[in-house]
Amino acid sequence: MTTTPEKVDTTVDLVTLTIDGVQVSVPKDTLVIRAAEEVGVQIPRFCDHPLLAPVGACRQCLVDIPDAGNGRGFPKPQASCTLPVAEGMVVNTQATSPVADKAQQGIMEFLLINHPLDCPVCDKGGECPLQNQAMSNGRGESRFEGVKRTFPKPINISAQVLLDRERCVLCARCTRFSEQIAGDPFIALIERGALQQVGIYEKEPFESYFSGNTIQICPVGALTSAEYRFRSRPFDLVSTPSIAEHDACGAAIRVDHRRGKVMRRLSGNDPEVNEEWITDKDRFAFRYLHAGDRLTYPMVREDGELRPASWPEAFAVAARGLHQAGAAAVLAGGRVTAEDAYAYAKFARVSLGSNDVDFRARPLSSEEADFLASDVVLRTPVTYADLETASTVVLAGLEPEDEAGTIFLRLRKAVRKGGTRVVSIAPYASWGLRKMSGQLVATRPGDEPGALSSLLGHADYGVDQTAVVLVGERLAAVPGALSAAAELAAKSGARLAWVPRRAGDRGAVEAGCLPNLLPGGRPVADAAARVDAATTWGVDSLPETVGRDADTIVAALVAGELGGLVVGGVDPDDTADPAATRAALDAASFVVALDLRETEVTRIADVVFPVAPVTDKAGTFVTWEGRPRPFETVLENPGSLPDLRVLAGIAEEIAALGQGSALGFRTVAEVRAEMTEMGPWDGERVASPTVTAAPPATGTRLATWKQMLDNGRLQDGDPALRETARVPVARVPAALAGSIGDAVTITGDRGSVTLPAVVTDDLVDDTVWVPTNSFGRGVLADLASPGSTVTVTGGSL
Amino acid sequence: MTDTLTPVLTDNWDQERSWTLTAYEDRGGYGALKKALGMEPDAIIEAVKESGLRGRGGAGFPTGMKWGFIPQDNPRPKYLVVNADESEPGTCKDIPLMMANPHVLVEGVAISSFAIRAHHAFIYIRGEVLHVIRRVQAAVDEAYRAGHLGKNIHGSGFDLDVVVHAGAGAYICGEETALLEGLEGRRGQPRLRPPFPAVAGLYASPTVINNVESIASVPSIVEHGAHWFASMGTEKSKGFGIFSLSGHVTNPGQFEAPLGITLRELIDLAGGMREGHELKFWTPGGSSTPLLTAEHLDVPLDFEGVGEAGSMLGTRALQIFDETTCVVRAVLRWTEFYKHESCGKCTPCREGTWWLVQTMAALERGEGKESDLELLLDQCDNIFGRSFCALADGAVAPIASSIEFFRDEYLAHLSHGGCPFDPAASAVFPSTTGATAGASR
Repeated sequence: MTTTPEKVDTTVDLVTLTIDGVQVSVPKDTLVIRAAEEVGVQIPRFCDHPLLAPVGACRQCLVDIPDAGNGRGFPKPQASCTLPVAEGMVVNTQATSPVADKAQQGIMEFLLINHPLDCPVCDKGGECPLQNQAMSNGRGESRFEGVKRTFPKPINISAQVLLDRERCVLCARCTRFSEQIAGDPFIALIERGALQQVGIYEKEPFESYFSGNTIQICPVGALTSAEYRFRSRPFDLVSTPSIAEHDACGAAIRVDHRRGKVMRRLSGNDPEVNEEWITDKDRFAFRYLHAGDRLTYPMVREDGELRPASWPEAFAVAARGLHQAGAAAVLAGGRVTAEDAYAYAKFARVSLGSNDVDFRARPLSSEEADFLASDVVLRTPVTYADLETASTVVLAGLEPEDEAGTIFLRLRKAVRKGGTRVVSIAPYASWGLRKMSGQLVATRPGDEPGALSSLLGHADYGVDQTAVVLVGERLAAVPGALSAAAELAAKSGARLAWVPRRAGDRGAVEAGCLPNLLPGGRPVADAAARVDAATTWGVDSLPETVGRDADTIVAALVAGELGGLVVGGVDPDDTADPAATRAALDAASFVVALDLRETEVTRIADVVFPVAPVTDKAGTFVTWEGRPRPFETVLENPGSLPDLRVLAGIAEEIAALGQGSALGFRTVAEVRAEMTEMGPWDGERVASPTVTAAPPATGTRLATWKQMLDNGRLQDGDPALRETARVPVARVPAALAGSIGDAVTITGDRGSVTLPAVVTDDLVDDTVWVPTNSFGRGVLADLASPGSTVTVTGGSL
Repeated sequence: MTDTLTPVLTDNWDQERSWTLTAYEDRGGYGALKKALGMEPDAIIEAVKESGLRGRGGAGFPTGMKWGFIPQDNPRPKYLVVNADESEPGTCKDIPLMMANPHVLVEGVAISSFAIRAHHAFIYIRGEVLHVIRRVQAAVDEAYRAGHLGKNIHGSGFDLDVVVHAGAGAYICGEETALLEGLEGRRGQPRLRPPFPAVAGLYASPTVINNVESIASVPSIVEHGAHWFASMGTEKSKGFGIFSLSGHVTNPGQFEAPLGITLRELIDLAGGMREGHELKFWTPGGSSTPLLTAEHLDVPLDFEGVGEAGSMLGTRALQIFDETTCVVRAVLRWTEFYKHESCGKCTPCREGTWWLVQTMAALERGEGKESDLELLLDQCDNIFGRSFCALADGAVAPIASSIEFFRDEYLAHLSHGGCPFDPAASAVFPSTTGATAGASR
């Protein structure tokens, strides 16, 4: 059941009414059903949902109104979910009014006549608003002895969402969610009378990134998910709140587990962040936890083969190897918690004595590192709520529907409320942008710096201090783009926020997993900052020169300037140059891999440590806003150690060899205490980068971003989820429509790919768009780097 | 014919090709439009208010007051929508009116639109009556060609476009907000109010929705004056209306008479009851108004009189049933209609009608027990006034009233083990399949 205790804002007009004899003051326009919650009366309801527009369809919430506030009452019971409060109104609910009670019991009896009453085999049984409210507000026994309406069970409305029409009470929550919140109105009520049902248009299946929310808000067991149906009963599940690990949005989730295994995930309710909605990726993509290739014990390489090893042996072997390898570097990956990132950052400095540490496993630039130090770290200029009050939100290098679903939903809400306008610097108006009624500033890849600068003083776009500029991590690959964004913000007064893709990215920035930043935003180049960090850490000094970033670490490994490498969860195919990264892994004299599952990296590593997945450890993700989202352990699993414990173990052994010092912590709690003790840097910040835009590539340029559902490994294990991913296509501009067939072959400097062609009218000329990780090994490995020149030829599949 | 009749809308029905513009204009048609175009729009609204014209679609809301609700300071366009979705069992006034005299409606649309300052009007006609749709379309075409519609009508500077829209076969679209949904191209389901159509109706713009007969009455009010109209009828139910008599009367049909006429007078006008039979029960305003019986023959048929008798004037669709009719059978057929037409939006109507049919059908088959009547009445109580719109209220009206008046007949089905009536005997046409056709099982 959904109830929202609404915050009483004292600045709004209050209306005083009497509910069941209790006087209560609530903001004007509050609905009676919610005012009643204030006095502790739960009026039963099905169609009502606080985040959806009122509809008044189920009629379960009927109450008696002897006085509507004007001295006259309503002759018949009224639906409390559509009726706003009025001064002096008198409301009698089922608690005090026999009329309301009988009306509710009558409705409940009607709802059940065509309901199959198959609670014993229904997924919802045990957590079902229909079941619960039938007990609290219904008759003990039905008087209906007739023939129930029947339907074949269940039918797919998408690969993931199944519909049992017999159980459906036609509250229209799912259809209203899809239309009002997600903007994907691919389901609708069809037919009429008792044969009314949720239907789809066969040619437009219910492929929405947010479809799982309909399952959660379904007040009966009509909507179930393919992978969870018949898997467990609610009363066998233990629920633990947590934070989703799939993007930088920090959505609150609820993890339901049974006997040490996660069975499903639901949206949490956090009005400040994700309200009550999460993406399908956050909801369904957790079965990677149960993948067959999960690493469960440490391994060391002996005679060329990896063999199981004990933790102490593995620590010792890793330490010896890194010690002997000479200069070593750390690639932490973007999925680690802030605590683990802190451990990587400290490990590099204290144990390896190097600033060669980078969390970025993707195209990057030194301009970006400078930008993160100048304009991102320690800054929290924009919150989700600010998106709703901003006059204009500029998106650059960011496709919220694909890359930050919670931002997308909040922006769409802001636009629908009126007042907020979305402007996107992108090669074409995506489906997501169209759903936000957004305005496209059509921009070829590489031209983003100019497009950003053009917004300055451009009356049509209204970028001023009431505006927000959101830049995606993809801008790192465009020289000058982040500099232009910083300049735009500085000159217009607009607030600027950086939206990375991965859950650990922002936390890693804060924790100092960058060659130019120590934890807490301390610039490496600032001696005072180094001293400050060294003092906290109890070491004499820290390496003074700004370290290598991920790209130069790769180059240095290939060149033999670096020998050792510690790698967190990094997939070479995600990096700017996958072939170079592979070469670097081959060239490295000693590789220590920390990972969840067997990967290309663990297969070639000299020592492999399994690390705890997010369920097995406490941690913190930091959202794109800079909001810390701590979470606690979901599953107690003593054999599952977080990265920070592994790094601590290695560091202790290295220290025993006379190199560096131990990290001084072994647990998440200790790291948290140390991070708190260290605190943020309060000294001078570095200035924003001022990189000038490079001349962009000539010819046809490659535009690309990752779709929310793609071949990412964290989506493994749920085939139904993967089926709801959008079919990979190549988007080509209208100018090419005549010269290609139903498919195109795109060739870049790393390979070529043939995909179905979709002529996209508003795609900017001389540009072709493909999804980054929806085919083969992905764009970076198989095609070309983003923004580079490709050739496009017609073809067929 | 006696002088109790006041033929205005039906006056020309016996004229040769009465539906043509020529025939209509021969009798002074479109004179009221020309007069209206010389008046202030507000003066027309005032005249309609003064006339006391109340909505002829059943609810009886004062038409002039409805027009006055249109916020003229709203910058959005104003719309007039004519509800011609006549679908109620028993109701047959708008369809014959549009067949015989479509121009009086078109003229009414033009005057009413001018009054509320609408430049687009829509006539939403029930989809099943294709012949009527064609006839109204033809009349609108004729009116355009004659300059009664279109740009700068008769030099007045007033522009009006009229669209004849065919419904898609749903009774619910007679409910005005469901009609608007249908007109906008969506499924016909009623909308949440407020906002009311006067404020945000068609395309979220101020909209007046009136019944065919209400709009068709406007030209006569403009032509003859509000006092002429108000001189007819009763104190609170002014004017004339079309009374449609169907069923077991000698001459069924439409009778235009002042409100307040009685059924006794109307049956006389219709040549009496079917030969050799007597009145058993009747509906005053279609199947969604509670039944009345012979004891109500002298009830004045105006909004107040019928209301006091426990029913509603509704659409003045008088379905007359004589003693050969099984009330259970008649009511069940109506209940089946409402189940079929329930839009499904709200629970009591969707589920309630599903259940009512099963309970009623069992009773008709003689299955069940006396307490099932209490169950039936309790179902009705749980539906009435609990649903989203008035459709379900209409569905339970004949059930509750029939049990009130004919409880013994329901019980007779139980004791008889089925329907004690011969359905063939109630047929208004001679049975061709023998007296046992459809007899009780």
